[in-house]
Amino acid sequence: MSLFTMILKMSEGLGRTCAIFFLTILFALPLGMVVALLRMSKRKVVSAVTRFIISVLRGTPLMLQLLAVTYGPYYLFGFSVSRNKLVPVIIAFAINYAAYFAEIYRGGIESISKGQYEACEVLGYTKAQTFFKVILPQVVKRIMPSVTNEVVTLVKDTSMAFTVSYQEMFTIGKQIANSQTSFMPFIVAGVFYFVFNAIVDFVMGWFEKKLNYYH
Amino acid sequence: MENVLEIKDIQKSFGDNHVLKGISVSVNKGEVISIIGSSGSGKSTLLRCATLLEKADSGSIKYHDTYVAKTENDKEVYLSKKELNKVKSYFGLVFQQFNLFPHYSVLKNVMDAPISVQKRDKAVVEEEARELLKKMGLEDKADAYPCELSGGQQQRVAIARALALKPDILFFDEPTSALDPELTGEVLKIIRNLAEEKMTMVIVTHEMSFARAVSNRVIFMDGGYIVEEGDPEEVFGNPKQERTKQFLRNYQQ
Repeated sequence: MSLFTMILKMSEGLGRTCAIFFLTILFALPLGMVVALLRMSKRKVVSAVTRFIISVLRGTPLMLQLLAVTYGPYYLFGFSVSRNKLVPVIIAFAINYAAYFAEIYRGGIESISKGQYEACEVLGYTKAQTFFKVILPQVVKRIMPSVTNEVVTLVKDTSMAFTVSYQEMFTIGKQIANSQTSFMPFIVAGVFYFVFNAIVDFVMGWFEKKLNYYH
Repeated sequence: MENVLEIKDIQKSFGDNHVLKGISVSVNKGEVISIIGSSGSGKSTLLRCATLLEKADSGSIKYHDTYVAKTENDKEVYLSKKELNKVKSYFGLVFQQFNLFPHYSVLKNVMDAPISVQKRDKAVVEEEARELLKKMGLEDKADAYPCELSGGQQQRVAIARALALKPDILFFDEPTSALDPELTGEVLKIIRNLAEEKMTMVIVTHEMSFARAVSNRVIFMDGGYIVEEGDPEEVFGNPKQERTKQFLRNYQQ
């Protein structure tokens, strides 16, 4: 197989790789905020349960979680989540990344000084106004470097989908490597991820700069 | 005389720490009151109770004719949240640490609450905000961000932000304590101007000569009590209580 054919075949999986990436971001970013708020709940039971769930999600391999969501329901209850494997893959990725994002959000929210809340209170802002107008924008700026870190990791983690044979770029590459007994597909995959992350870096850097108008 | 604020016999504890042991203060319209005393005397807590940042354990707080809190059957009862929001428009608070919103420009810091809390017309609010900034000597800083300003300028923006809501009474919690000594003057001058305009103000401060010059009444607090209260010339020039004399002596050294 020529290098060109190899790249072409692997490119066919790139759409799925991007699907995992963007859908995970789409669901995990807001879900993480919900989890963070539950984690900071004043009700001890809520915060303790959330804390436990976060520690399970962060303390077990993503690979295992992928297998659990994709095949678990079948073994336990005799049905599959969906015929389209993208669904369980996204569920597993989104939940896993939400746990990480939640802790990043929590760190950001807790770093905002009490004075900001008190100023809002005295000025008469509602709780929602305080959060969305004053707290959240400052949190977003503070957590950008950590979020970029997670996003870069996510790009590479999409390759984990091979464990459930979801036909994304890396899975195809691995199949070609096996059938052709060639290392070349892995090099191609490495270049793909590197270029992908260069773009991610650029976009996140641009965004960070946009937020640099104050400190 | 029109009464703006009346606090009666309020008590406040944090755990075992009994901070306010029955404080009563009445503020009439146009009055400027300075509260002095050493750290831990309870003066900041009194201000925080008056501005509803802390809830008193007992006693009453009344703005105009509205009881915000009073003791009923040994229980401290506060107004509902909705009613409290109305009362909040009666007063403003200037913090020691300014607490400006760093992601908003100076102008937006001043304009945002009147627009999003009081739902007032944006064009009118902007006009008033620019007028206020002019009064604070900051008309050329409208588009700057707080991080680009000196501490004194930030505090003046904070005063403008509080005034933009047109409060009947303005509280200051050690407004110059976080400032370099050379910057305190510009903030004190603004407060003095407000006093001349008959703005009702309660100022917790360590600036003794300022308190003496600007206020109609001085309150000296110690250990959770009001030890002495009266005309500034009396309290500073001829204090009656031994504790007051001692405190002022320490300050003159």
